Amino acid sequence: MLLLALDTATPAVTVALHDGRDVIASSSQVDARRHGELLLPAIDRVLAEARLRLDAVTGIVAGIGPGPYTGLRVGLMTADTFGLALGVPVHGVCTLDGLAYAADLQVPFVVATDARRKEVYWARYADSRTRVTDPAVDRPADIAEQVEGLPAVGAGALLYPDTFPKAHEPEHVSAAALARLAAEKLAAGEELPAPRPLYLRRPDAQVPKNYKVVTPK
Amino acid sequence: MADEPLVLGIETSCDETGVGIVRGTTLLADAVASSVDEHARFGGVVPEVASRAHLEAMVPTIDRALKEAGVTARDLDGIAVTAGPGLAGALLVGVSAAKAYAYALGKPLYGVNHLASHICVDQLEHGALPEPTMALLVSGGHSSLLLSSDITSDVRPMGATIDDAAGEAFDKIARVLNLGFPGGPVIDRYAKEGDPNAIAFPRGLTGPRDPAYDFSFSGLKTAVARWIEAKRAAGEEVPVRDVAASFQEAVVDVLTRKAVRACKDEGVDHLMIGGGVAANSRLRVLAQERCEAAGIRLRVPRPKLCTDNGAMVAALGAEMVARNRAASAWDLSADSSLPVTEPHVPGHDHDHVHEVSKENLYS
Ligand SMILES: [Zn+2]
Repeated sequence: MLLLALDTATPAVTVALHDGRDVIASSSQVDARRHGELLLPAIDRVLAEARLRLDAVTGIVAGIGPGPYTGLRVGLMTADTFGLALGVPVHGVCTLDGLAYAADLQVPFVVATDARRKEVYWARYADSRTRVTDPAVDRPADIAEQVEGLPAVGAGALLYPDTFPKAHEPEHVSAAALARLAAEKLAAGEELPAPRPLYLRRPDAQVPKNYKVVTPK
Repeated sequence: MADEPLVLGIETSCDETGVGIVRGTTLLADAVASSVDEHARFGGVVPEVASRAHLEAMVPTIDRALKEAGVTARDLDGIAVTAGPGLAGALLVGVSAAKAYAYALGKPLYGVNHLASHICVDQLEHGALPEPTMALLVSGGHSSLLLSSDITSDVRPMGATIDDAAGEAFDKIARVLNLGFPGGPVIDRYAKEGDPNAIAFPRGLTGPRDPAYDFSFSGLKTAVARWIEAKRAAGEEVPVRDVAASFQEAVVDVLTRKAVRACKDEGVDHLMIGGGVAANSRLRVLAQERCEAAGIRLRVPRPKLCTDNGAMVAALGAEMVARNRAASAWDLSADSSLPVTEPHVPGHDHDHVHEVSKENLYS
């Protein structure tokens, strides 16, 4: 087994290779504005480091967000197209689950990433492997009661200390964690979700106001 | 002609997910998935709606194009993609797909210019482009006059709209007339039953001191809207067919007049017209008349090749391969304002596959 994992749902462009036992190569760069440019060279570099070619990969794992859409789509489109070209399965993993897994906590906690516009993408976990709420997007103040007293990880938690006073690392998701989580689930015979994006928001679309009169009154 | 380059092209600059396959100048497949219906109620293309639709449509559209062409991905000589200009988020979906596809298949990648592709598509209809070529590109996003001596390396802007694109004006007037979105086809239909000389709408930038090859449609748009409002204010019925015909005449009169003049001034004896508005029936007729009168040969591709599609991108990609142009690098990015003077986005090195594998580059 050789899994190629990638995630572009947070400011990190992150790629990892997992051979069924453990991660054999990985790369993470944080640059929220250049997901499109950075992802493919990162994949190329990780493969070169492992002295492998892409056609050795037996499965793709892609972070499905939630995350800012433009970046999120870079990873998912890349994963989809690899799946088509290589004829291998493409698995989705919730990006928040990847962060939770990397947090390595055995107690209830929260994962929150930055959703911009003063909001966070978030979910609650019973432990690092067990999510207990659906991913949601909210203003930190509006969920303060639901996350009160809980440790929290992710850039969204670190950004809003009033709501998440017990926030700590990891800040961004790593494909290495995503790959380990996916490998564990696949080995246990679990079904992973389809690699479709979790947008959680409707597209911004202003319906133009009724036709504006141009004749001066 | 099996030695001609077999290229797959991907286009996502606006609301059409296009995947085309060509062999040299022969069209093999032209698969398009459009999200136009999802935008209709907004009266214009909503970028985020378009980007989401591209992501969902891409893989099925690539599949469909391969089946239509009867080729396998392994046979391809290259992957071309619109790198710009266009909607940033929408372009990025296509660029991501093209990069992943090219990389996975081990094929060269060509990031190409959307406008140059609109010109090059005519090779699929009328054979190799004459050199130089004068091109009038008119759509909802662009209105420009371009002169190219080599579509892979030299595209010179002669003139462009200084405000709205011609297609935008059609959308706007259709909205004022309550005819829905997009406006081009419906105005064309109503205009067929109207009198193009019924109302004398202004011809923008046609005065003796105005720039010879630039366009302006904003004043026309306002004049038409005002005329309609005056009718409504007077409680009279708006003669929709005459308004449509007279408005359309004003647009195509200026477009063809300036295009023919540019040909004459530059000594170019043929003109190609591309872009979505090139599907307009009156534009085609008037351009034909004026070109004939001026001794200019007119080349207009069939309407499906004029609107945005993947075949035009593949056509330019095939020309890049045929002329040995440098492939793009794996860090190719979408450039929403890629200048028309850059027909493609070459990589930093001809051998781009190996370049990014040098570990020290990214350490
Ligand atoms: Zn176009």
